[in-house]
Amino acid sequence: MSTSTQAIKHERIYEVSPTRKLVMGIIEIIIGAFIFIVFVRTVSGAAKTTFVMTPGGINIGQAGNWILPTQLTLIILAALALIIGAYQLIKGFGRATNALVGLCGLFLVFSFLTWQTADQSLNLAGMLTSAVLLAVPITLGAFSGLLSERAGVINIAIEGLMLMASMVGALIGSITQNAWIGLLGGIFASVLLAGIHAVLSIKYRINQVISGTVINIFAAGMTAFLSQKFLQTNQALNSPPLFPRIPIPGLAYIPVIGPIFFNTNIFVYIMFILLIIIQVALFATRWGLRLRSVGEHPKAADTLGIKVAPTRYMAVLLSGVVAGIGGSFFTLGSVGRFEEGITAGKGFIGLAAMIFGNWTPIGSLGAGFLFGFADAIGSKLSLLGSNIPAQFMGMTPYLITMIVLAGFIGKGQAPAADGEPYEKE
Amino acid sequence: MTPILQLKGITKRFPGVLANDHIDLDLRKGEILALLGENGAGKTTLMNILYGLYQPDEGEIFIEGEKVTIDSPTDAIKTGIGMVHQHFMLIPVFTVTENVMLGEETIKYGDFLDRKKAAKRIMDISEKYNLQVAPNDYIRDLPVGVQQRVEIIKLLYRDAEILIFDEPTAVLTPQEADELFSIMRSLSDQGNSIIFITHKLREVLDIADRIMVIRRGAVVGETTPDQADKNSLAAMMVGRDVNLEVEKTDKEPGDLVFSVKNLVVADKFQNIVVDNASLDVHAGEIVGIAGVQGNGQTELVEAITGLRKSAEGEITLLNQDITKASPRQITELGSAHVPEDRQADGLVLPFPVAENLVLCTYYKEPFSKGVILQYKTILDHAEKLIEDFDIRTPSAMTPVSSLSGGNQQKVIIARELSRPIDFLVASQPTRGLDVGSIEYIHKRIVQKRDEGCAVLLVSPELDEIMELSDRIVVMYRGQIIADLPNKDVTKEQVGLMMAGVLPEEALAEGDQHAVEPAL
Repeated sequence: MSTSTQAIKHERIYEVSPTRKLVMGIIEIIIGAFIFIVFVRTVSGAAKTTFVMTPGGINIGQAGNWILPTQLTLIILAALALIIGAYQLIKGFGRATNALVGLCGLFLVFSFLTWQTADQSLNLAGMLTSAVLLAVPITLGAFSGLLSERAGVINIAIEGLMLMASMVGALIGSITQNAWIGLLGGIFASVLLAGIHAVLSIKYRINQVISGTVINIFAAGMTAFLSQKFLQTNQALNSPPLFPRIPIPGLAYIPVIGPIFFNTNIFVYIMFILLIIIQVALFATRWGLRLRSVGEHPKAADTLGIKVAPTRYMAVLLSGVVAGIGGSFFTLGSVGRFEEGITAGKGFIGLAAMIFGNWTPIGSLGAGFLFGFADAIGSKLSLLGSNIPAQFMGMTPYLITMIVLAGFIGKGQAPAADGEPYEKE
Repeated sequence: MTPILQLKGITKRFPGVLANDHIDLDLRKGEILALLGENGAGKTTLMNILYGLYQPDEGEIFIEGEKVTIDSPTDAIKTGIGMVHQHFMLIPVFTVTENVMLGEETIKYGDFLDRKKAAKRIMDISEKYNLQVAPNDYIRDLPVGVQQRVEIIKLLYRDAEILIFDEPTAVLTPQEADELFSIMRSLSDQGNSIIFITHKLREVLDIADRIMVIRRGAVVGETTPDQADKNSLAAMMVGRDVNLEVEKTDKEPGDLVFSVKNLVVADKFQNIVVDNASLDVHAGEIVGIAGVQGNGQTELVEAITGLRKSAEGEITLLNQDITKASPRQITELGSAHVPEDRQADGLVLPFPVAENLVLCTYYKEPFSKGVILQYKTILDHAEKLIEDFDIRTPSAMTPVSSLSGGNQQKVIIARELSRPIDFLVASQPTRGLDVGSIEYIHKRIVQKRDEGCAVLLVSPELDEIMELSDRIVVMYRGQIIADLPNKDVTKEQVGLMMAGVLPEEALAEGDQHAVEPAL
């Protein structure tokens, strides 16, 4: 006789629900049709699109230009999207459904670029370089959220932490005329605010979303006040040195990839180093196991002698460190001066990237790149003299964020005790 | 011989409650001591004190004759005390190895986890005590019986010698429970001492060496399985004589009231949780769904009551198709639902008793006129039901959250059974209740059946199913694998089917038992 029992079987009715299959197929068809109707029919057969494959101001790792026949490229992309859509409607791609919708999205973006650039030239490599740079604060914001939420504390204060760090970084950087000290100052300010969030949400068990919101409002008000009072009136306090571009020997000479990834800002390198550190620390060390246990099941951790509150404090403070680096990027790595609201919601988009990336470092990075790319398209195209209003272009990154969050999320695995204060009995 | 563990005069007060009142307890090396008492008697509080989760207000703890203070679970682990909690302290997204070593990690190169070494140690323990587990499995994929083994290994991994089991059989099939008992026996044979907390009488008599009974925070008696029987233990537990048998007369079922045909229900991940289920319930009949928790009963009930969409199939109530009906439409047709989780789904906890008693009728005359609630009518109605159903509450306006579990359940029973109904779905109607309340609720359900109501009873408690049902349906992994009249099966046979043994085999197995009573 068999006494071993089994849990309910994990057999699915279908990989993808019929509605989803249908909707995704229709979206793909619409993309194909859209490319065909709007783009293909509005360009002349002789038009050529030129993509420059070397970012401006770079003299190593150069590559030749890509010159594409505009209409033919568009027709091919439209046909591919239509074929994928038809197959999706008739048979369905099963597990690969999302990937293929993503691919069609990419077709749409690429056709749009090709169409916009008909008889013109666009620096595609330059755009990708700026996409990577724009991805930095988003990804660091995501890493920051990841550290905190894996330990069970929701941190929506990241926007505020970054804003504060960017101002303090600029201020201290200007006073000392040393970007490194400025960075440290930015980190310190961010950690201080993160500490307040930690005390409010861990010790006083205030609703973590409210605590985070309060900190965001405080940071916005405080930086605006200090900026108006001091930074704008006395420019000496708002001219920090910028971190220079550092080419990595050897790698920087690879065409296309070299200039984008290996001849760039130190913050990009920090982002990749953090990716590896966080990935390894969270999943391969005792420290990470304990941190995650506190975010999944604090009571279980407590019964095994793990100190829940100190672990959470540490996680939130580390989250502050990472947000501080992300915030300092704005003033010390990109713009070179502080302006009110300079972070422009990147902290929040970072949280969206974290969720889209399913609370994993690598996923956060991927989502960060996606959102950064959306941002880059927006700003590049307004320069191209597109007939689409610049305001609409400015909305693209946020629109993409919304579409991504609404369409692809839902099955994510948030830490089980995310946002739940732990009360020892 | 000095007892391995001694508690002297342990007292713990919570605001308004004396949870433990000068409790003395001795545990000898290698024995299994059962701590028997109703829910809320103070067993769990006592064990939480022993495990360092609570601090006692008075009293002392001695381990092998030496006085110790236990301020935290870490202290308890150090002194060799380990606890298998009622709700498993396991992290579903971690592997067995990660769960076992958490807090006591095997590491290399500084802080890196040495999963291989830890897994090896787990396999050693698993072999020594015959606790089969696969170290690399994720907890979320494991059946509860195996999860419990992981909990036990967690303790042995920390070299615990005093093991506390808090209501360990609540989530197990009878067969799994027997397996657990043999594990407990082998643990005690190898020198470990066990405290076994429960309110189930049969288990105590099966496994304990010694029995201590606790009532209202105080020890009211000590005995051994040889000197006690179910009735004497129940009387000690409750403080009065209890009628453990449900009085029920045979009755011919009437017309078909409710039926489900080829129902398929999926969870939010599109996993099939109810797989092609069909069943009928007739007037004046109690159909009991037996099955270990998590085999699709919850989802089946949610589909029937309109709380969850079904993917395929048909549900009919009183000749009307209710497959796509809303919960209110189903209720108005004459159906009542006693939900599985009374606090989450059955009551609005901060609302007073009176308002909770009209949750399904408040919008109708005479409780409402237009959009205005008629409080006088609602209060009169409440007073009447409080009287009729013997709900112990200070007043009709007391928030239902401050009532005991048994009285909360009576509020639900009163609300659902006082309406004119033809169909009752009762999901775990006595979960976590004391013997007295169980007796009362069983009586009410049987009374409703005698009045001609069709009753669908869902319970993981096999005793409850066997006592109340006219017909027994067994659910296993989302499928209905058996549908038999109660009189044709024995408890052991149903237990086997709950573990997935097919009816033909189970019935044959049962016959052998009849010849050669092994259980």
